[in-house]
Amino acid sequence: MRKIFTPLTLYAILFTVFLYGPVLLMPLFSFNDNTFAVFPLKGFTLKHYASMAANGSMLGALWNSLVVATIVAVIATAVGLPTAIALTRYRLRGGGAIAAALMLPLVVPSIIFAVALLVILVRILNVELSLLTVGASHVFICLPFAIMVLMSRLEGFDKSLEEASRDLGEDGWGTFRRVTLPLAWPAVISSLLMCFIISFDEFVMAFFLSGTDPTLPVFLFGQLRFPNKLPGVLALGSLILLVSTILVVAAELLRRRGVQEKPA
Amino acid sequence: MPRQTVAGLSGPAAGYALLSPAMLIIAAMLVAPMLALVTLSFWTQNGFELDTSFTLANYWALIEPADEPTMWMGIPFPFKNPVYAILMLKSLVMSLAVTAAVILIAYPMAYFLAFRVTRYKALWIIIITIPFWTSYLLRVFSWKIMLGFNGVINSGLMSLGIISEPLSFLLYNPPAVVITLTHAWVTFAVLPIYVSLEKIDRSLLEAATDLGDSKWQRFRRVTLPLSLPGTISAALLVFIPTVGDYVTPTLVGGPGGTMIGNSIQSLFLKQDNSPRGAALSIVMMAIVALLSLLFMWAVGYRKIRARSA
Repeated sequence: MRKIFTPLTLYAILFTVFLYGPVLLMPLFSFNDNTFAVFPLKGFTLKHYASMAANGSMLGALWNSLVVATIVAVIATAVGLPTAIALTRYRLRGGGAIAAALMLPLVVPSIIFAVALLVILVRILNVELSLLTVGASHVFICLPFAIMVLMSRLEGFDKSLEEASRDLGEDGWGTFRRVTLPLAWPAVISSLLMCFIISFDEFVMAFFLSGTDPTLPVFLFGQLRFPNKLPGVLALGSLILLVSTILVVAAELLRRRGVQEKPA
Repeated sequence: MPRQTVAGLSGPAAGYALLSPAMLIIAAMLVAPMLALVTLSFWTQNGFELDTSFTLANYWALIEPADEPTMWMGIPFPFKNPVYAILMLKSLVMSLAVTAAVILIAYPMAYFLAFRVTRYKALWIIIITIPFWTSYLLRVFSWKIMLGFNGVINSGLMSLGIISEPLSFLLYNPPAVVITLTHAWVTFAVLPIYVSLEKIDRSLLEAATDLGDSKWQRFRRVTLPLSLPGTISAALLVFIPTVGDYVTPTLVGGPGGTMIGNSIQSLFLKQDNSPRGAALSIVMMAIVALLSLLFMWAVGYRKIRARSA
C-alpha cells in the first residue's frame, strides 16, 4: 500500500487553498452585514443581493453581456467547426500557418489586439464603438478555444466512419450532417459553453472597444473605484463566479466525455 | 486522405473552402488591424487631426536621449521621456518574477497530478482548471480585498490582536502586482507541465532506479530534463501575456506598481496620442518576441523537444 498522506499531497492541498482562498472571500463577504470586506464578520444578510437586483444600469450591463456572449459563442463555434474539420481532415498547404495565426490570441497580450482594433475601427474606418465591435473582437479571441476543443474531438473518433458513409453514397454534406456532426456534438456544446464564458468574462477588449453601452465586466470595473459600491460588487461577483463555475464544469465534463468515447 | 466534396469542390479546394471563414477573420481581425497599428505609428497626432505624412518621431520619442540621465532604482536612464524605458524594464522584471514564481509553484502540483494521483484524476484536473475560466477581473479584485488597507489580512490580523495598525505596505506596490499575477496565471502553467510529465515513459524511471540513481538523482537526470518542453512552454505562456497586462497593475499596483500596459492605455484613451501609443505597443511586442526567441535559443528548445518527442 502506498502512503496516502505524503508531503506532496499536503502541497496539493495547500495549492488548492491558495488557488481558491482569495476568490472565495467574495461570496463570504457578500453575505456579511457590513459595507467593508473586513473581519470580524458581523451577521448574515441578503441585502447586498437585493440592492444589486434593484440596480437598473447593472441589469442593463448584464443583459448586454448575455446577448453578446450568446451571439459570440454561436458565431465562434460555427466558424470553428469547419476550421477544425479542415485542419484535421485535409493536409493543406499553409494550414499550419493559419492554425498558428488563429492561436495568437492565446499568447499575445490582449491590449495589443484591443488597441490595434481601436485604431482601425475608430481612426481609419470611423466606425462608432458599440456592442457590435466588442462582439467582433470576442469572436476573434474565442476562436482558438473553439478550434482546440473541436479538433481534439474530431481527432478522437474513428475516421473510417466518415469513409464508410461516403462509400455508402453520402455526399460531403450528408456525411457531415449524419456522421461528423452527431459524433462531434459533445464538443460543439462544450465549445459553445466555453466561448460563452470567455466572452462573458472578458474585460480588456470590451474596455477599449465598447461605446456608451457597457458589458458587465466593464460596468463592474467602473464600480470598483467607489468604495461604497463594494457590497454590490461582492454580490454581483459571487453570482458571476457561481454561474461561470457551473458552465465550466459542464463544458469540461462534455469535452472529456466527447474525447474519451473512442469507438473500440 | 479522404475524398470529400464541399459545395461542389473536392480535394484541397474543399479544404480551403472550409477554412475560408477563419481566413476572413484572420484578415479582418488580425492582419488589417496590425497593419493599421503599424501605419498609425508612423503618423502624427495634431490636436483632433491626424497628420498622415511619414515620420519616425513616435519611435524617436521613446528613445530620445537627454543630457541629464534620470535615475531610477540606481539605474541611469539617459532619455528625454524616461518613463517608457523605465516602465518597459519594470514590466519585464515583474513578469520574469511572476514567471519564476508560477513555474516554482505549478511544477510540484503538475508532478503530483502526473505521478501521485491515481483515482479521481479528472476531478483534480477540473479543480485546477476552474479558476482559470472564471473572471480574470474578479480574481484580481479578490486580491484587492485581501491586501487592502481595510482588507482581509489587515482586519484579520487586527482582530486577532497581532497588529494594532493596518499594514500599508501590502497593497499598491510591485510585489502586490507580482503576487496577484502569480495567483491569476498559476493554473495556466500546471497543464502544459503535467502533459509533459505524463508522457514520460515510466520504464525510464525504473531503469534509472535499477541503475542505482537515488530518487533525487532520478528526478534531476531523467524526470526534469524530459519535462522541460512543457515547462518551457508554460514559462512562455505566462511571460508573454503578463508583460502587457493592464488589469492587475491598475487594480492593485497603485502609482508605484504601474506597468507598460498602463502607459499604452493612457496614450490611447487619456493623452489622445494614439500614434505614440501604437509605436509603444509595437516596440513592446518586438522586445517580448525577441526575448522569447532568445530564451528558446538559449535553452536549446528545438533539441529538447526533438529529444522527448
